[in-house]
Amino acid sequence: MADEALFLLLHNEMVAGLYRAAEQGEGENGRCTTKLESMGFRVGQGLIERFTKDTARFKDELDIMKFICKDFWTTVFKKQIDNLRTNHQGIYVLQDNKFHLLTQMSAGKQYLEHAPKYLAFTCGLIRGGLLNLGIKSIVTAEVSSMPACK
Amino acid sequence: IPVSVICFPQQNYPLYIRSIPTENELKFHYTVHTSLDVVDEKISAMGKALVDQRELYLGLLYPTEDYKVYGYVTNSKVKFVMVVDSSNTALRDNEIRSMFRKLHNSYTDIMCNPFYNPGDRIHSRAFDNMVNSMMMQVC
Repeated sequence: MADEALFLLLHNEMVAGLYRAAEQGEGENGRCTTKLESMGFRVGQGLIERFTKDTARFKDELDIMKFICKDFWTTVFKKQIDNLRTNHQGIYVLQDNKFHLLTQMSAGKQYLEHAPKYLAFTCGLIRGGLLNLGIKSIVTAEVSSMPACK
Repeated sequence: IPVSVICFPQQNYPLYIRSIPTENELKFHYTVHTSLDVVDEKISAMGKALVDQRELYLGLLYPTEDYKVYGYVTNSKVKFVMVVDSSNTALRDNEIRSMFRKLHNSYTDIMCNPFYNPGDRIHSRAFDNMVNSMMMQVC
């Protein structure tokens, strides 16, 4: 289906467009990431509302995280999260070995420093979804080797 | 036949209130407010019980007039409360459930509206029309 490619291209262009505007306008690079994250936040809220419409109630936090890893990730990125770890004290690490939005970039050190820009929207997505389900959270992402990311 | 529909988000302030007829609105507001406590009780007590997301709450029968109050909670902690006159015995369980489903669907549509900020009061005409048609069916 073509909609995967659609979102991928749109997302890439979104990131590029925002940075271009920042260079010409104010030149404040830090704000771009925040803007991307806030966009993802609002989208995440709406998405979660639609996805949880028919599912059963979540019993606890772990249940919610599992839902995010399986159903949510599958619906948005067509695959599940490969690894979920927690320290049972409120920190969850989701690892995706072949993150959909990063597969198009070469798998090497070349673009490693630009990768976080492409992860900001997804971080916002997760944060918005979690807030709507009742969990206040901070979501960060790190990339150690393309195209995997945590 | 009095009917009232109210929806609350997680923080328990009303996002949307609609009643027919409009004279006794304050009474409905009060009724719904007190029923919120019962809704919260049910949610917290549910831990090991059903994993079902909707609940049917029958209760709050006043001595002078009879009302049935129904509650429905979504996964995103949004609560819908409906007050119906007890004399309207034609309303069955299934109908109430389908009314709540319609409410939930419309709420989801509102959430996805880019011009809507989550937490604002609901001013959408589509939502109003849906609620109106639903209440006309009951009356």
